[in-house]
Amino acid sequence: MITLPRPDVAAPQRLRARDLRRPPRRTLRELACELPLLLAALVSIVTTVGIIGVLAAETLAFFRLVPLGQFLTDTQWTPLFLEKHFGIVVLLSGTLLTTAIAMLVALPLGLLSAIYLSEYARPGVRRVLKPVLEILAGIPTVVYGYFALLFVTPLLQALIPGLAVFNALSAGIVMGIMILPLVSSMSEDAMAAVPRALREGAYALGATRFEVATQIVVPAALSGIVAAFILAVSRAIGETMIVAIAAGLSPTLTLNPLVPIETMTAYIVQVSQGDTPQGTLEYRTIFAVGTTLFMLTLALNIVSQWVLDRFREEYQ
Amino acid sequence: MSPPAASYSAPHLMRRRLRGRLFEWLALASTVVAIVVLALLLLDVLHDGLPRLSWSFLTNYPSRLAARAGIAPALVGSVALIVLTAALALPTGIAAAVWLEEYARRSWLTRVIEVNIANLAGVPSIIYGLLGLGLFVRALNLQRSLLAGALTMALLVLPIIILNTREALRAVPRSQREAAYALGATRSQVVWGVVVPAALPGIFTGIILALSRAIGETAPLIVVGAVAFIAFLPTSPLDPFTVLPIQIFNWVSRPQPAFHANAAAAILVLLVVLLSLNATAIVLRDRARRSLRW
Repeated sequence: MITLPRPDVAAPQRLRARDLRRPPRRTLRELACELPLLLAALVSIVTTVGIIGVLAAETLAFFRLVPLGQFLTDTQWTPLFLEKHFGIVVLLSGTLLTTAIAMLVALPLGLLSAIYLSEYARPGVRRVLKPVLEILAGIPTVVYGYFALLFVTPLLQALIPGLAVFNALSAGIVMGIMILPLVSSMSEDAMAAVPRALREGAYALGATRFEVATQIVVPAALSGIVAAFILAVSRAIGETMIVAIAAGLSPTLTLNPLVPIETMTAYIVQVSQGDTPQGTLEYRTIFAVGTTLFMLTLALNIVSQWVLDRFREEYQ
Repeated sequence: MSPPAASYSAPHLMRRRLRGRLFEWLALASTVVAIVVLALLLLDVLHDGLPRLSWSFLTNYPSRLAARAGIAPALVGSVALIVLTAALALPTGIAAAVWLEEYARRSWLTRVIEVNIANLAGVPSIIYGLLGLGLFVRALNLQRSLLAGALTMALLVLPIIILNTREALRAVPRSQREAAYALGATRSQVVWGVVVPAALPGIFTGIILALSRAIGETAPLIVVGAVAFIAFLPTSPLDPFTVLPIQIFNWVSRPQPAFHANAAAAILVLLVVLLSLNATAIVLRDRARRSLRW
């Protein structure tokens, strides 16, 4: 039994009505502490307003000179030439081509490695593999661009005769490797949330480890996996340096992965590097392209979040 | 958890086992692909860049002659940019996270801010470049300066810092807050005297992650107008600037192999900087974790 020292409490003062109405000075000080924090949180709103404002202003100025119909239906993209065409579908085809190749690499490899890490790997193996994936995710994209252009492309050229120096294939493959950790770690998180009881129930019915992984765990974690896939597509569409370095700067309407192309992001880099004067039509194109890119990735991010919220399985 | 015993006599058990075994190998192989690629990438860069690394490579200015070119302005630019970015983004990001986690009540405003931050984290970095170009370079007339670049980068890393800091704050047990309140502390005393110090290791790790991202970013700075060829060191935030990733991009884009070797050497410097930053973060986090127990 511990005896606590009796605290020296002063006799409680009688509360007067006035004290209740007026906030004590301490509360005012608390409010003064909170205000700057609230302002900091509002910076994020200002950022969004800024992005939308800048993109909208320049894009509207662009569409006053180039009709929206031409932007959407023209099949050539030559804003930097004398004879100007503004067919966004050309840059879109380049973006979709590299994205599709990246997804062919990142989705199966990412999902399989997530299954391995979540269902098969012993703790010791996990402790080695997880940091490797984290390092892979932390390498700057300009380094991946170097790797694509100067290592992967020569390698592929030895295998595929006639492969151009700049091509969507090499850039897409390397982009897939870059996105693999994202798919893997998000899918693994989703699988980790599947309760042990589901797995044990399946084992009790005589399922093999493979059957548990593919018929119980993956379906149960499907919403998280799908959300990861969609986020991966969004990341690939917005990725810039790999494609700017390795996929070329020649806008071509093609689905051939062996020839130079140009993506939306690479075009923005190309114009930003040159000496295109501000306020010209050529200059405004990067904002029109940026708006297209922004709307595309925003839609995908929202769908990804929606899939997570809407289809999440709640387990006790 | 182990599969049922082999004596279990289900039909096709051998075949199911075999299929499982093949799948396990396939899954392992997929994971190993990541390691192999990482190894190939590092070996390739080391092979190309190591012979080019020297003291003069670090202290020389860019040159039309690949053998005399160096990364001094890029290195100084990268450091200056990160210091400025950190000075702008850290107080704002931590304050925003503290407000959301410790002060905000459930309201439409909180909800809007949360959704907005989640969406900002998914905006491609090059879009931040366009924002910086329209807002800082032109509207605020900062020109193509270090400050314009740092402001752009600060907005880019802000969502990452906020999300990581919130995570760290959330990990502090409720009992810590309640104990402080029970002693008569005000909310700000609880937050800044108890919760934030307890969350510091986590916050620190998040900050390092965010700043590593900023060090490696290239695209938004190209759009904001960092120039590749700079023959002096920036001395004020309003000077034009270049950073390591942009120098690398410039050298990779040239056709001559000698410049590619320069790019590889600069990549080595960049990776060493990033790795040592991350190592510092891990060491500091572990040390802080050891001194904090509940």
